[in-house]
Amino acid sequence: MVNHHGARDAALQAGRRRQFARAARVLASVLVLVLSPVARAAAAGERFIVMASTTSTEQSGLFAHLLPAFQQASGIQVRVVAVGTGQAIEMARRGDADLAFVHDTAAEEKFVADGFATRRQNVMYNDFVLIGPADDPAGVAGRDVVAALQKIAASGAPFLSRGDKSGTHAAELRLWKRAGLEPSGLKAPAYRECGCGMGPALNMASTLNAYVLADRGTWLAFRNRAALKILVQGDSSLFNQYGVLVVNPAKHPHVKNADAQAFADWVVSAPGQAAIASYKVGGEPLFFPNARP
Amino acid sequence: MQTVFESFELALRLLAAGDPQLLQIVVLSLKVSASACLIGALVGLLLGAWLAVARFAGQQALVWALNTLLALPSVVVGLLVYLLLSRAGPLGSWGLLFTPSAMVLAQSVLVIPLIAALTRRLVLTAWREAADPLRSLGAGPLTAAILLLVHERRALLTVVLTAFGRAIAEVGAVMMVGGNVLGVTRVMTTAIALETSKGDLALALALGLVLLAVVGCINAALSLLQAPHSAERAALV
Amino acid sequence: MEAPALIRLRQAGVRFGAIQALDAIDVGVRRGECIALVGANGSGKTTLLRLLHGLQGCTTGAREVPAHVGRLSTAGLRCAMVFQRPFLLNLSVNQNLNIALWLRAYPRQERLRRAGEALERMGLVALAQRPARTLSGGQQQRLALAIAWSTDPDVLFLDEPTANLDPGAKREVEAAIAQLASEGLTLVMSTHNLGQAKRLASRVLYLENGRLLVDAPVDQFFQDRLPASAEQFLKGERSW
Repeated sequence: MVNHHGARDAALQAGRRRQFARAARVLASVLVLVLSPVARAAAAGERFIVMASTTSTEQSGLFAHLLPAFQQASGIQVRVVAVGTGQAIEMARRGDADLAFVHDTAAEEKFVADGFATRRQNVMYNDFVLIGPADDPAGVAGRDVVAALQKIAASGAPFLSRGDKSGTHAAELRLWKRAGLEPSGLKAPAYRECGCGMGPALNMASTLNAYVLADRGTWLAFRNRAALKILVQGDSSLFNQYGVLVVNPAKHPHVKNADAQAFADWVVSAPGQAAIASYKVGGEPLFFPNARP
Repeated sequence: MQTVFESFELALRLLAAGDPQLLQIVVLSLKVSASACLIGALVGLLLGAWLAVARFAGQQALVWALNTLLALPSVVVGLLVYLLLSRAGPLGSWGLLFTPSAMVLAQSVLVIPLIAALTRRLVLTAWREAADPLRSLGAGPLTAAILLLVHERRALLTVVLTAFGRAIAEVGAVMMVGGNVLGVTRVMTTAIALETSKGDLALALALGLVLLAVVGCINAALSLLQAPHSAERAALV
Repeated sequence: MEAPALIRLRQAGVRFGAIQALDAIDVGVRRGECIALVGANGSGKTTLLRLLHGLQGCTTGAREVPAHVGRLSTAGLRCAMVFQRPFLLNLSVNQNLNIALWLRAYPRQERLRRAGEALERMGLVALAQRPARTLSGGQQQRLALAIAWSTDPDVLFLDEPTANLDPGAKREVEAAIAQLASEGLTLVMSTHNLGQAKRLASRVLYLENGRLLVDAPVDQFFQDRLPASAEQFLKGERSW
């Protein structure tokens, strides 16, 4: 007779399935165990809000100066996610941030009009400057930025645009329009778009010996200047206004509206405005508070 | 070149000074990538081994998909995970965006295809020899896959280390889903990206050297752990 | 009266793409037999072994396990196989045995007992903790035999088990196989070594190009008149 392995082999199948089910459960609990300490490290019972802001503001170093003061006063940690203005507003629109701190008034007003914030508030301003090679091949040095752009276009000297829907990019396009020039009419090598932040744009401009529009804050904190310098400043059309937008809880109920509003209120009030004014690089203030009282 | 020399000096000073902020960033990088590799190993090793061993309809398609995913850029993975975790997305209510957990998730997605594809190659080679013997002993596909994983454990360690290298060196995914928030989701690579964009190239390069030094120490420690065992095996032959 | 067959092939054929590896095989394996499969390389010996074992299906004809009337499944008939090149997991000798027994769902105590018995029988007790891959060729093949025997198979298949071994190891392994045969274990073994077939087998099957040309008891095979090609093979004139 054959050995009686039949029943055993059948039981084997069932046993194996139980073993695998057990293993799967163990796996799942290991996964949870692994993920939770990492998540807990983040949450840790801290009170925080997520603020979408721009790379230029972050890179100027303002937040490292400003936010600790706010945290001291309120106990709220402000987590800054620094992306381009376009992306920052998109983040706020999706409800991934509790508030936005950007510098594109037109886009901010649209945000409010679409109901994603109840209002926008002025916080501070600085100015844009036209940076270019020290030898100034297009001869633009002076106080008139519109004329400078026309000279650059005429001379065919290279110009670098951020091309990333940032506040700076929006300002640049407005200036080209005022100069009566269509930037799309200009092309490489004369007009290049890098689709990048202010810092990388300055890096590229210094390599290419190109003209570039920058905000004063980033320029002052920038360390790789090579042969670049400020060529045009002080023109009133170079005025760069920063605003704060608190995301409307009616659109995104989960946002931390009270804490976000606390920050907005603080930054337009006396202590916040004073903190902004006291931020200097090389003895020079980068931003000028101008919140309406 | 000046920048490069500067950065070596700066890297040494950074390592010697033991700046707490730098330490926090290094530790977070290690935690995130190690967690991602652990998850990646659990999923990828099994997936790869099973794909090598099992026979079913659509298997070739799955292998093709796996090999294609190897070319997935980290920034695309970051974007996909961002859309998944965004408030407007399906998992938005979990509130994981801009936390280290999101970074672990994104890096796991990145390394799973890598681990699975490499494991599949390894196990397939072993399977050519092992298929008949294991089947003759009564092992089904899943059991055979696990036995071969145990059988090839030394080579698979290298696979996991490769995945760890890929994870800790990537910047696109963690930048998108982490947001590079100081003290919370800033890791070595995003810090390097930030310093580069600020124009502080020497510091950026120095941080890069610190990253290499840290990973180098880990690899050294691992080979020291394996050394006595290798010597023993060499003596027996 | 002939003992009933444990495994029976009826007009079984196996085709791989354009190649007919086995053609119209009619054969039965009876309990207690020690069958030698001989034939040149490529004659289909390995395919026949795999077919009898159940590792391979037949494209035409049928494989039957008559002891379980009417059923074509292998449940109940346990087969084990020893391969030309033993595949051992990268673990110790003991662990390899343990896993083979675990795969057959033996409980822990049983596994310990059977593993111990198998090691003793094959003279490998001293090597129990050694990594299996550090054993010599002969020792590895004896371990493979130990593993196969420990699971209490109904039929043990061997595919040229001594082909890769030096003379000393060959003798060791042959002795172990002879011992198993003398205890009544049913064996089907393919071999190139006609002397081995003569020494160990009770019955010889001669395969040529996938066909079973001769099926005879061992004495008959080596003494009586055989078809011309088989004769040539025996004389060593046929290509291997």
